[in-house]
Amino acid sequence: MSWTAEPAPGGAEPAGDAAGCWLHGVTREVDPATLAAGSGMDGGPLRAVSAAGLVAVVSAAPPAEYGEEALRRNLEDLAWLERAARTHHGVVAALSRAGAVVPTRLATVYRDEGGVARLLAERRAELAATLDRLTGRAEWGVKGYAVPGAAVRAAAADGAAPEGAGVAYLRRRRAALTARDEGQRIATEAAATVHEALAGYVVDARRHAPQDRRLSGAATAMVLNGAYLVDVPALDGFTGLVAALAGRHPEVRLELTGPWPAYSFAQDRPAEPALTVREPAW
Amino acid sequence: MVTTALAPSSADDPLAYRPVALVDVLDRVLASGVVVSGDITIAIAEVDLVRISLRALVASAGALVRPEQEGAAGPGGPAGPGGTPGPEGATQPEGPPQSDGTPEPVGPYPPGGAAR
Repeated sequence: MSWTAEPAPGGAEPAGDAAGCWLHGVTREVDPATLAAGSGMDGGPLRAVSAAGLVAVVSAAPPAEYGEEALRRNLEDLAWLERAARTHHGVVAALSRAGAVVPTRLATVYRDEGGVARLLAERRAELAATLDRLTGRAEWGVKGYAVPGAAVRAAAADGAAPEGAGVAYLRRRRAALTARDEGQRIATEAAATVHEALAGYVVDARRHAPQDRRLSGAATAMVLNGAYLVDVPALDGFTGLVAALAGRHPEVRLELTGPWPAYSFAQDRPAEPALTVREPAW
Repeated sequence: MVTTALAPSSADDPLAYRPVALVDVLDRVLASGVVVSGDITIAIAEVDLVRISLRALVASAGALVRPEQEGAAGPGGPAGPGGTPGPEGATQPEGPPQSDGTPEPVGPYPPGGAAR
């Protein structure tokens, strides 16, 4: 395979007839049938760009929609963002079912396939090492939500003494607020315990920032948004451990998602931990 | 893709199939994945990518969370960026004010987490 790399003059966006190239991910080899079965951005075909012993899977990203200005605009359009995210994820997920893949972050766009080939050559060692690290492993997500529970019930039972309605109301209200803070604290501690136990079992682990409730629609605050890189043969043990931890920690409701392509482990350097929960537990 | 709820108190069937939630996909494709310098998007810094996407998300959060009530307005329809106050209980995180009026990212994609 060969390319004619023609940088656009002046570093401006390429002319209207330039191809534009969305990079989905990097792998070692790709079955042509996988490419044929999938579709890229805007439903276009998937193509393989081979260089330096690696294969990048790309699809066409015309500058009219994926150039710098267009991208800035489109990323603020939720319908566009969802379509792009799901399309990109669909390609990466299909690749990861066939073998290790280094997924790229959303909206990695090149002017042409030559730029992608240069990337493969320049970062060959790093990409190959990442592929080795991800081979035979999958990412699983464990989310934990605070459970309004024992603390609240204890506070309610405490308010049984006879007293005026207003006093009783204030007392219940104060108890409920205290219980909420207490519940938040207990759930946060449980989340840390669960994460440490899981991290000790798997190859690698990350904590993402908790999802905002406005976006997740969850009834209570998320206290754990963990990602775990699991050896495929150890999967049963991992899910068993998650179930056991869920039983041991009723103060946090756990939810398992996966398998995911190893998005959270594509960078060797761990992401900054962002563990602060900034909203009330419920 | 399998999503499994593992909660002793949950009435959900733990093995029930659920579609992959957009918020989970965005957690991964925006906040993680290998960062390489696409020569188009090199001009859009990582933090910008996350922030402008979040602006769309937060502005449309109502449409995401309650499609049956707000579906008529369509995604992105209810308000411009930052125009919709969140439901009660959703607080803005501390952090430096944004000079461009961008709502500070809440939840999944803090600027600090994206800076490398």
